[in-house]
Amino acid sequence: MKIERLLPGLAGIVLLAIIPLLPVPPFWLTILNNIGLASLVTIGLVLLTGVGGLTSFGQAAFCGFGAYTTAVLSTNYGLSPWLTLPLSLIVGAATALPLGLITVRLSGHFLPLGTIAWGLALYYLFGKIDLLGRYDGISGIPPIEFAGYRFMSDGSIYYLIWFFVIAVAIGAKNLLDSRIGRGIRALRGGGQAAEAFGVNIVRAKLTVFVFAGVVAALSGWLYAHMQRSVNPTPFGLGMGIEYLLMAVVGGSGHVWGAIFGASIVLIMKDVLQRFLPDLIGTTANLEMVVFGILLVVILQLARDGLWPFVLKLLPKRPGRSLPTSDDRLAKRTLAPAGSSLIKVEKARKAFGGLVAVNDVSFEVRAGQVVGLIGPNGAGKSTTFNLITGLASLTSGSVFYEGRPMTGDSPREVAKHGIARTFQHAKILPDMSVLENVALGAHLRGSAGVFRSFLRLERRQEATLLAEAAVQLERVGLGAYRDRPAGDLALGQIRILEIARALSADPAVLLLDEPAAGLRHGEKQELANLLKKLREEGVSVLLVEHDMGFVMGLVDHLVVLDFGTLIAEGKPADVRKHPAVVAAYLGGVA
Amino acid sequence: MIATFLIQDGVTNGAIYALLGLALVLLFSVTRVIFIPQGEFVAYGALTLALLDGGKVPATTSLLVCFGAVAFLFDLWSMRRGTDVRTFLRSLALNLVLPGVIYGITIVLAPLGLPSVAKALLTILIITPMGVYVYRIAYRPLADASVLVLLIASVGVHLAMMGLGLVFFGAEGLRAEPLADDNYTIGALMVSAQNLCIYGATIAIIVGLYMFFERTLLGKALRATAVNRLGARLVGVRTHLTGVTAFTLAAAIGAVSGVLIGPITTIYYDTGFLIGLKGFVAAIIGGLASFPITAIAAIGVGLVESFSSFFASSYKEVIVFGLIIPVLIWLSLSGGFHEEE
Repeated sequence: MKIERLLPGLAGIVLLAIIPLLPVPPFWLTILNNIGLASLVTIGLVLLTGVGGLTSFGQAAFCGFGAYTTAVLSTNYGLSPWLTLPLSLIVGAATALPLGLITVRLSGHFLPLGTIAWGLALYYLFGKIDLLGRYDGISGIPPIEFAGYRFMSDGSIYYLIWFFVIAVAIGAKNLLDSRIGRGIRALRGGGQAAEAFGVNIVRAKLTVFVFAGVVAALSGWLYAHMQRSVNPTPFGLGMGIEYLLMAVVGGSGHVWGAIFGASIVLIMKDVLQRFLPDLIGTTANLEMVVFGILLVVILQLARDGLWPFVLKLLPKRPGRSLPTSDDRLAKRTLAPAGSSLIKVEKARKAFGGLVAVNDVSFEVRAGQVVGLIGPNGAGKSTTFNLITGLASLTSGSVFYEGRPMTGDSPREVAKHGIARTFQHAKILPDMSVLENVALGAHLRGSAGVFRSFLRLERRQEATLLAEAAVQLERVGLGAYRDRPAGDLALGQIRILEIARALSADPAVLLLDEPAAGLRHGEKQELANLLKKLREEGVSVLLVEHDMGFVMGLVDHLVVLDFGTLIAEGKPADVRKHPAVVAAYLGGVA
Repeated sequence: MIATFLIQDGVTNGAIYALLGLALVLLFSVTRVIFIPQGEFVAYGALTLALLDGGKVPATTSLLVCFGAVAFLFDLWSMRRGTDVRTFLRSLALNLVLPGVIYGITIVLAPLGLPSVAKALLTILIITPMGVYVYRIAYRPLADASVLVLLIASVGVHLAMMGLGLVFFGAEGLRAEPLADDNYTIGALMVSAQNLCIYGATIAIIVGLYMFFERTLLGKALRATAVNRLGARLVGVRTHLTGVTAFTLAAAIGAVSGVLIGPITTIYYDTGFLIGLKGFVAAIIGGLASFPITAIAAIGVGLVESFSSFFASSYKEVIVFGLIIPVLIWLSLSGGFHEEE
């Protein structure tokens, strides 16, 4: 089974390996080398754009950093290319990091705009600096040597380039298929859900941006030693735009699509440059017009690029079996039943003159199911956001196990052991149900970027996935494990969110209107699930406006109206409370 | 003396950048499109004017007819499942008749050696409808797309328009004749009539935009769309109409900028991009949201540019585009612009 999965890839590698041995025209190798170099940059862009929802027009500048670093060091200082390789990559990372730091906190479009300006500025800068040889550039760069063999010809450096391309592509696939990768893939949906499970989304954005910068620098390093000279032209904005075109054409969500996109664009460019001038009768570089139109057309007609069409032609790969794991994840030691978990004290939230939450105090104890109810506009969701860190308190405080957690970010709240669901379900529709649930277990794993890239975290990853599968069975969604989460019905999505929260091994579960919008039957199923969880001893804070739904479920009920707590106690007592009756049915309060 | 000269130079260029920056903020707030090709309208405008000066029929007229024809095909495609006669006729008039008429007018008028104001108006007439067609062809099919996708599409439109500029105008630069030749001395300062035209036009357009947004129903509809697209639609604002209006305004502003800048510097097919990007630097300083900050920032960009071209001329572009980095740092630290999508 394992072999079947690897077959298309192996076939591709064998094909790549024998091409230079065949009697092909020499310019084929030149084009293939250029495709390889562009693929490296494009793989970075695919992660950045298609997966992470960020983008950059300035990747060519990072190639420039890689290329110039090795050019200067290997010509002026005689360093071996193998020594300059890590230095080139470090320079790529070191230039990506500050730009990333500046822009990741801003709306998504400031990064690409920043990269346009930066791409232009650096192009001019490369051309002005004496050390970099101004617009003439640097020539006489030594070739790469390995065990006495010099990679001089197109046919030999070909193997080196494609070795790196395949290694980086596999690494990128590994990275996406990991704990870190789930965090990166969650960026596209806005990242709110990911953050609620402890993913540091600023760091995830920086990770992909720096990764893209480093692989671009790698491409630049290879370029410098292939070309044996560098000048500013290939590192300008125009090339940066071309790389983005490759990512869009290939399919911005697919790693292998990057290589496909680079091939299409570069082969097209070659054909256009060869034949268009004769056809139209001018020597102008008309491929610009064609590329511009192509970019718009692809976005209009096939926003996911062309790779998905290729995937349809390839034989369908057999589904993956769930990795089994003998390890169990460490469980949180739960607080003894009855001790205070969450304590809200005189919480107040004012939006200008409107007091949405007015000095509300209540408590959730271990093993308890507490319902926070009230009519629409009562301030339930705002209270919920105050606890989960999405909104900041105007005054008052929130405690977790007696320690203040006022002002904690959603990520820090998650670290305390508070897991939540969202009123407007926030799932990642393209990811499988299992992966969505595994996102919840983010904080229970520890593998970082490098271990994930090199696939050294398989054992831990298997444990995380096994845990996610256990939670899916627990809520009764086991049968949907490998389906894309977007296929599920609303009721199932709500339950999926609960499974995701459970896989965080929470001390307390916060459910934000889990029954809103559900059909009667779905509500029944949800109620049964919550009853089951209560019997298993899970502590829950439940926000709802449906009185009937919460009545049979909760141990303790807190009723808000117009931001003020109007009643609190056992469900049966609260139900008869005159203020509650008035709030729900109207009447003279 | 040099300082006053540099300041005047900076303010003149800054006024043009201000116009472009305003057009960019307008487009972004109404349509969420980050319109990289704004500069192409400037180049088209300037080159059209320069060709009219030579008594030639500018290639932009043929380009306009082509754009209209493609837009008409797009309309036909979306009408393929049946339509009413009115919609069809409206599309026919907007996409085929209008460019045809403009083409006819230009052929008749171009060789006559018009007065410069007439040539300027004719240029604006030729360029402005392009905004409509660019919107129809490139952006309307993407109306539901994210800001990021629209931005990538903008880069495609930029490449195509710049390439077409190269095809139609060639690689040589052109310089238009000034709208007026006179020079005035105010104290120690010598001001050319062309510069006065630039200041006047910039102020007139800013006032005009202000009146449009404050006093007209369409202007208010545009503002409503900018604040909340869905809400605007629900109260009956046709968001396609606001899109078309915004693009028309942007193209017109681009054409005016081209007419103004054409006589003071040599314009190549790709000059517009750099000019437009300087407008972008200003628009980004304004957070892509604030008209007044954008206008002031544009003057600042012009000043930085003119001073750096004097004191560090070879690093001029590096300094101007590098400006964006401290701006982004400042925006990031002030934390006012968070992810909303």
